[in-house]
Amino acid sequence: MTKVTMTVNGISQSAETEGRTLLSAYLREGLGLTGTHIGCDTSQCGACVVHVDGVAVKSCSIFAQDVAGSRVTTIEGMANEDGSLGVVQQAFQDHHGLQCGFCTAGMVMTTSALLKGNPRPTEQEVRHGLEGNICRCTGYHNIVKAVLAASGQDAVAMAAE
Amino acid sequence: MPKDHGIGASTKRREDVRFLTGTGNYLHDITVHGQAYAVFVRSNVANGRIVSVGSDAATGMPGVLAVFTGADFTAVGGNPAGWLINSRNGEPMREPKRPVLAHGKVRHVGDAYAAVIAASYNEAKDAAQAVADASVIEELPAVVDMAKALADPTNRVHDELPDNQCFDWGWIEDNRARVDAAIKAAPHVTTLELINNRLIPNAMEPRASIGEYFPGTGDYKLTTTSQNPHLTRLLVAAFVMGIPENKLTVVAPDVGGGFGSKIYHYGEEALVLAAAKKLKRAVKWVAERSESFLTDAHGRDHVTRIELACEKDGTFIAFRTETMANVGAYLSNFATVTPTFLHGTLMAGPYKVPNVYVNVKTVFTNTAPVDAYRGAGRPEATYSLERVVDMMCRELGLDPFEVRRKNFITTDMFPYTTPVGLAYDIGNYHATLDKATQLGDVAGFEGRRAASAAKGKLRGLGLSTWIEACGIAPSNLAGILGARVGLYDAATVRVNPTGNVSVFVGAHSHGQSHETVFPQIVADKFGIPESSVEIVHGDTSKIPFGMGSYGSRSLAVCGQAMSNACDKVVAKGRKIAAHMLEVTEADIVFSDGVFTASGTNKSKTFGEIAFSAYVPHNYPLATLEPGLEETAFYDPANFTYPAGTYICEVEVDADTGRVEVASFTCADDFGNVMNPMVVRGQVHGGVVQGIGQALLEHGVYDENGQLLSGSYMDYTMPRADDVPFVTVDHSCATPCTHNTLGVKGCGEAGAIGSPPAVVNAVLDALNRAGHNIAHIDMPLTPSRVWHAMNG
Ligand code: FES
Ligand code: FES
Repeated sequence: MTKVTMTVNGISQSAETEGRTLLSAYLREGLGLTGTHIGCDTSQCGACVVHVDGVAVKSCSIFAQDVAGSRVTTIEGMANEDGSLGVVQQAFQDHHGLQCGFCTAGMVMTTSALLKGNPRPTEQEVRHGLEGNICRCTGYHNIVKAVLAASGQDAVAMAAE
Repeated sequence: MPKDHGIGASTKRREDVRFLTGTGNYLHDITVHGQAYAVFVRSNVANGRIVSVGSDAATGMPGVLAVFTGADFTAVGGNPAGWLINSRNGEPMREPKRPVLAHGKVRHVGDAYAAVIAASYNEAKDAAQAVADASVIEELPAVVDMAKALADPTNRVHDELPDNQCFDWGWIEDNRARVDAAIKAAPHVTTLELINNRLIPNAMEPRASIGEYFPGTGDYKLTTTSQNPHLTRLLVAAFVMGIPENKLTVVAPDVGGGFGSKIYHYGEEALVLAAAKKLKRAVKWVAERSESFLTDAHGRDHVTRIELACEKDGTFIAFRTETMANVGAYLSNFATVTPTFLHGTLMAGPYKVPNVYVNVKTVFTNTAPVDAYRGAGRPEATYSLERVVDMMCRELGLDPFEVRRKNFITTDMFPYTTPVGLAYDIGNYHATLDKATQLGDVAGFEGRRAASAAKGKLRGLGLSTWIEACGIAPSNLAGILGARVGLYDAATVRVNPTGNVSVFVGAHSHGQSHETVFPQIVADKFGIPESSVEIVHGDTSKIPFGMGSYGSRSLAVCGQAMSNACDKVVAKGRKIAAHMLEVTEADIVFSDGVFTASGTNKSKTFGEIAFSAYVPHNYPLATLEPGLEETAFYDPANFTYPAGTYICEVEVDADTGRVEVASFTCADDFGNVMNPMVVRGQVHGGVVQGIGQALLEHGVYDENGQLLSGSYMDYTMPRADDVPFVTVDHSCATPCTHNTLGVKGCGEAGAIGSPPAVVNAVLDALNRAGHNIAHIDMPLTPSRVWHAMNG
């Protein structure tokens, strides 16, 4: 067991970890940040996406010790200072971009990283950008709309509704 | 102006806030003080004799608290099948015991034969591996192919059964001779053999359970990923563990999707309870995705031969089907009703066909149990019908739209009794066909086809006109058909002293949005804000009773129970108001949250009545109890019959066989719609699951019973870039005639109607391009399409 320290959602945190402890387990079990979900065991579903130093990362595919000292943001750190929903979160609610909610944290984290790199994506760019995140509930329709809306575009028109 | 409140408004979901901020309460997220962890030891062979279980290997390993094997559960009951189906010859179906842990034999890859409990997850996992390594299992030849399993029962899934058949069912047996004669005499018969591919549900939250035991009271608590906590309690308590129901609480917290796979009781739930009792500490189990692939109940897996007999002008005379349906190694709870009464009864479709006969043989194989998955039986029926109709149109050179129009039941024919035993109450199939034709711009297809051709792509258009029976089910009818439970639902509406409302419902929401939509109904009923209404679900210690959420029944059955309970509250409120306003009850008018003495300006608000019910100072105590809380159980008089038309356009790449869905249009009749945003979302999700079935997904076992598509590397889930935006319309509404909400159900429609539309579109594209291809089995992967084109 070693003590691993990193900055999570702006707060310096540490927890005892084994060498084999994944970042996802460190966050969920070590720090009790259970908003980051585990949907698979092959790094294929994207439910566990967090930001490490601003980059979207599948937290199930990386050891906690390997990101010691980094700046990590999870879904718990995505709301505005006053507690209201952030732009991406609000767009997901406005466009019904979630049903059971299990994939949602990963979708929001992937989206916000996507929009940072490409502030006005086309529908196809959004679909490609979300290709690493599986949602079984929504058929992606409303997720894609939410991402387009979060980028300030007229999502309803783009979805031809 | 769209409504902004109450029934019909697209109210935004209140549950979103916790999910969007990472503060949901999924089972995986729950930690009970002192919890230990269970890891299961699972068979890696499909059929095998358990020679010895290497439990001793775990003894003394770090953190290990206990090892359980099948021998520990020989005294408890089996996990039962919920419906008794009789064979054509009157014999009851065969029901081999489904134990908590396999004992004597393992019967599919993933079948658990031991479980290790340890202080930490990693310790349990390490010890489970040691037990697996030390166990001896003699591998036997696997039973995988259904036809072989029936033809040669030398190798058996269950040694004690004479063969691998569960039952041989005919529906309706009395139709058989007449249907045979009609087909024999018909001017044209189209015959199609097809496979409805095995699917793996893949709710994004893997199954998980926590067992607790409280020695001081003898109470048990099971927290589990369930779509129906009361049903789970009944199965665990009364059938498997022999715990009195009153000593077991079942809680289903936030659940990350179900699609059928979380209806059923699974052995892991019994194990964590037994372990918690033995160890006097909570025991938690969380499935890995690999375990979900191997052990969640799979869906579909039918092999069908369907015949359509018709006149040369396409007028239907008869449908006849023979189906082999895979039930896997054990009977899951709804495994016997899914291929029978949820399938055979739909085999008339929306058509006025006089002769229908359905034969289904169910087969045990060394594969994961197969049960209801989104649509459950109805997608299988719809796929067979809509494929064979399309094939007949091609054979006879008829227009698929016109053939449907000619054969649809017309609006003047309702109520309409089909030859397979259902009484459709209402519908308008021509209306949804016209609507989809218009929304999908069928008139403009040729132009789009030319544009695709200019890019070197083959474009096709496919049609599916579907119907389903949902809102399961009238209990007396279900009982006659073999159900071992009732299928009503229940709700308690508790008006609190300050006038806000807590509603306790038997339905469970795991994506369906009940927490938002149910208050819309209550708000309208009572004339109060939606925000004054709270929904409580998923806890047997709080909710009155309920059969849970599946079969698109939450709104049509539980929602109606809730609505009825609201009516009872209003009826009592009128009595209180009459007393307070000193008029007779008949003089009280209730509207918009106000009880008024008619013809006067005297009135009492809903809140004042609630307060008076709990502070009964001026109250008819001699004739009326204080309090304002009502419970209603609602048992539907009939199924509900949503129906609609789906139109799919595809582009096929002739060089690679890759299919791209270019557009998808839905015109559905769900009856009255409570929240259009939510309903559209349900259709989007269902359609994409159906596109997944048609093009991508396949649960494949090799001849040794190894699951080849057991991870997201091999099982192709639809992803965002596999699908287009989906056009959805539900304006052609014919309200259900036998519930007061006029609702039908929308949860499964997309998955039921879409697969044949996609497949018909691909075949249309290929045949228009000069290929003469009658059929390709799902999933229409690039390789299958390419081989169909290139021989
Ligand atoms: S849990 Fe990390 S990708 Fe699935
Ligand atoms: S909302 Fe359920 S998996 Fe995406």
